Amino acid sequence: MVLKHPLIGLTDEEMSSMLLEMGLRGIDELFKDIPQRLFTRGELKYSKPLTESEVKQVIKKITSKNVAMGEVKLFIGGGVWPHFVPSIVKEILRRSELLTSYTPYQPEASQGILQALFEYQSLMAELLDIEVVNASMYDWATALGESFRMAKRVTRRNRILYPHYISYERLEVAKTYSEPSSIILQEYSQDKVDGSVDLEDLKSKMNRDVAAVYIEYPSYLGFIPINIREAGEIAHDYGSLFIIGVDPSMLGIFEPPGRLGADIVVGEGQPLGIPMSFGGPLLGIMGCRMDTQLIHQLPGRLIGLTETMRGERAYTMILQAREQHIKREKATSNICTNQALCAVAVAVYLSLLGKNGIIELGKQILSRTRYLISRLSRIDNLQAPLFKAVHFKEFTYRVRGKKAERILAELYKKKILAGINIGRFYSDLPEAILTCVTEIHSKNDLDLYAESLREVAEE
Amino acid sequence: MSYRQARWIEPTIFELSRPGAIGIDFPEIDEVLQRELKEALDEIPEGLKRRELFLPELSELEVVRHFTRLSQMNFSVSTGMYPLGSCTMKYNPVMNEELAYDEKILNVHPLQPLETIQGCLEIMWRLEQILKEITGMSRFSLQPAAGAHGEFLGCLIIRAYHRDRGLHNKNIMIIPDSAHGTNPASATMAGYQVKVVKSDKDGCVDINELEEIVDEKVAGIMLTNPNTLGVFEKNIDKIVEIIHGVDGLLYYDGANLNALLGKVRPGDMGFDIVHLNLHKTFSTPHGGGGPGSGPVGVVDKLVDYLPSPLVNYDESKGVFYLDYERPKAVGKIKMFYGNFSVLVKAYAYLLRMGGEGLKKVAEASVLASNYLLYKVKKLKGVTLPYAPESPRKHEFVVSLSKLYRETGVTAKDVAKRLLDYGFHAPTIYFPLIVEEAFMVEPTESESKRELDNFYNVLSRIIEEAYSDPEKVKSAPHNTAVGRINEVKASHPKTMTPSWRVYIKRGNKP
Repeated sequence: MVLKHPLIGLTDEEMSSMLLEMGLRGIDELFKDIPQRLFTRGELKYSKPLTESEVKQVIKKITSKNVAMGEVKLFIGGGVWPHFVPSIVKEILRRSELLTSYTPYQPEASQGILQALFEYQSLMAELLDIEVVNASMYDWATALGESFRMAKRVTRRNRILYPHYISYERLEVAKTYSEPSSIILQEYSQDKVDGSVDLEDLKSKMNRDVAAVYIEYPSYLGFIPINIREAGEIAHDYGSLFIIGVDPSMLGIFEPPGRLGADIVVGEGQPLGIPMSFGGPLLGIMGCRMDTQLIHQLPGRLIGLTETMRGERAYTMILQAREQHIKREKATSNICTNQALCAVAVAVYLSLLGKNGIIELGKQILSRTRYLISRLSRIDNLQAPLFKAVHFKEFTYRVRGKKAERILAELYKKKILAGINIGRFYSDLPEAILTCVTEIHSKNDLDLYAESLREVAEE
Repeated sequence: MSYRQARWIEPTIFELSRPGAIGIDFPEIDEVLQRELKEALDEIPEGLKRRELFLPELSELEVVRHFTRLSQMNFSVSTGMYPLGSCTMKYNPVMNEELAYDEKILNVHPLQPLETIQGCLEIMWRLEQILKEITGMSRFSLQPAAGAHGEFLGCLIIRAYHRDRGLHNKNIMIIPDSAHGTNPASATMAGYQVKVVKSDKDGCVDINELEEIVDEKVAGIMLTNPNTLGVFEKNIDKIVEIIHGVDGLLYYDGANLNALLGKVRPGDMGFDIVHLNLHKTFSTPHGGGGPGSGPVGVVDKLVDYLPSPLVNYDESKGVFYLDYERPKAVGKIKMFYGNFSVLVKAYAYLLRMGGEGLKKVAEASVLASNYLLYKVKKLKGVTLPYAPESPRKHEFVVSLSKLYRETGVTAKDVAKRLLDYGFHAPTIYFPLIVEEAFMVEPTESESKRELDNFYNVLSRIIEEAYSDPEKVKSAPHNTAVGRINEVKASHPKTMTPSWRVYIKRGNKP
């Protein structure tokens, strides 16, 4: 007990006087019930205690080895997208009353986080046009996995159909979640020309054992499947649930999942006010229709608007009987800690945008996406986009006779991180590149992308 | 001993809407882009164009004010002592936030080329080395986003290991009756049947019952040590012997590791898999429910089953890289690599403490807990169930059932009354094996003065319970709102999970 450390509350003198008061000779008496042979000999060696300024130096020195957006132009999406985050979002998240609180188990003292989360649920419900959204899952992929398990519990059926051009990484996570529950995952085809759902193929795979049909909107490759509603109708014809996975930044412009027949909605909230941070934390969106059967099988925290015993408006966690701390092995999910503060970020962001802002955000992205597509489609040897469809935020292209890796490497030399080589994951899209355009890209950025790519393609 | 929380009558964001207001600006869409936009909009089939949208409209200031007011109605570690048992609500160093908000972290995409993400990978690699040293595990996956997420992964690893060895009949997971609710929920999610083992009179796993129920079908046991009563599982050697005796594996729920930092390692106790809660033990803030991080570490024989990618260091080239060439790995459980900015905060904390500091964390947290217990257990109406002579670790659980019998005041009432005095309540009604359970974890962050204040307030509340029980039963009085009608909140006819449901129920804004 020599060290004095700013992060430890007790002084050495206090520790001595407390031990004395308790009639103990030393701190070791409090550990005497642990078998002696288990004690580690010597201190942990990884570091001596560093001061605040030393820690900062060490970490800054390491992070300086990263190349961040700003030093280069970044056009990578595929699950995390570069978007503008207003200062206010960061400012509210750093309010330490929100930051350093736990799950609101004592609602009377935690109305702030509860109301903020209720507002997140409500704002997201408006955007998705569905009544119920939970207070968050870890990310889109885990929300998807949970939605498959939920569909099985609701329908007591076993098979789930997913689209051919699903995000490979989300599919992997969903498989990990589904497999222990003996869910059978099966792919259905999408049209090679416009990416729409191959309705004949889907129908041929439908039967009374299908728990759900899943679709992504926009697809992982940025195109909008035009017959999404018809796919939902087919699912419903067989009594199956329809699950839509969505990037909510499109919903100022495009019809919301709730209007397209979705029973369950999942998605990624990161585009709405959460920085990329090397892929985490993100925000898994998960919601469903206001249907007793669905809600009781929905995993995750739910915040409700209610009253105090005296009738004043107040907020609290609701339907906790679905959750692990009450139901244990019979719970809908094991999720406890989630991404609450990220949900608050999205609530702040959507409040700033409002109705007109979310429409404008959609227009900003839509116009820029189409502009870059138009520019690229004029380059010889280049095919863009690979699907004849409306694209939002992302699209695919290919340079004839050139390897995707080579293109990306050449563009990086010009300080452009131009996209993802997705040919590796879809055998029918060899050497295809997935690129991403958002409101942060100026027209000059897009011109620079097009010009640089032309140079590389025509080399 | 007085406290009053801010009490704004703050409408919902929807009620604050002023048509036409906006809190954000966008660059102008010039003529060329306008043309593209028009064509793109024309290309969208009519059926896929949004027709109706309702989001509230506010100015920037209105948004700032609204959420600032909400934050003022939220109890936090920054506001006061937060002795919520099993949650380790220690101080979250402010420095860490600044570090995680570095542009060199915020603005890095997970799919950038390797040479541009060396800093991120190095932090992950270095953090892993420290976690290995603290726990005695061989390797860690930093992918899980929370403790329960780590438990799910741990169970998947156990399953993969047994299947790989042809042991397909192992479908039972043993879990003590004192365990966190996430343990049985995670085991079930991973496909196991849960078998509960009772606690003995000392609050530890009942060894006789364990011996009876363990057979060839047992895949493993999930244990917290010290357990949720704050008691060290004294028979850990015997438990290891029994479980390993049937080729089972031992899973360590790291929620309570704070008590043992720098002193005892789960690996040396015989555990095969460990998850850590960086948002508890290593001080990353809990954010009102997340984001957290729950890295999972394993012994040598299980390393192959950790999900891909792992971060490796190529010494010859001097570069860090992501290793996906791991054929036995279980599937990914999350996008990308984990909650990276949380990892940065934990790494910063670990450097700040150093090995020596961590040991002192264990000592101070255990002393604070035993000191409070020493005083609290003498209070009228309070009893200490299980092994009264054995020291507790970082937390303790007393029962208020005597108080309830004598006054009608419950653990919940006492918890609510504590809020009136500016303390967060302890965890109550958990673990389930204690009636009127009251679970206190003061952490190493609090001073003796604050511990004494907590004791004095608790003592006063107990006096109130005997002299004026209504006052306690009607608490809280000084918080933003009074006691909530929990029944109405979850009743099917009145349950209101969103604003649109509120309006649909015929309420007027």
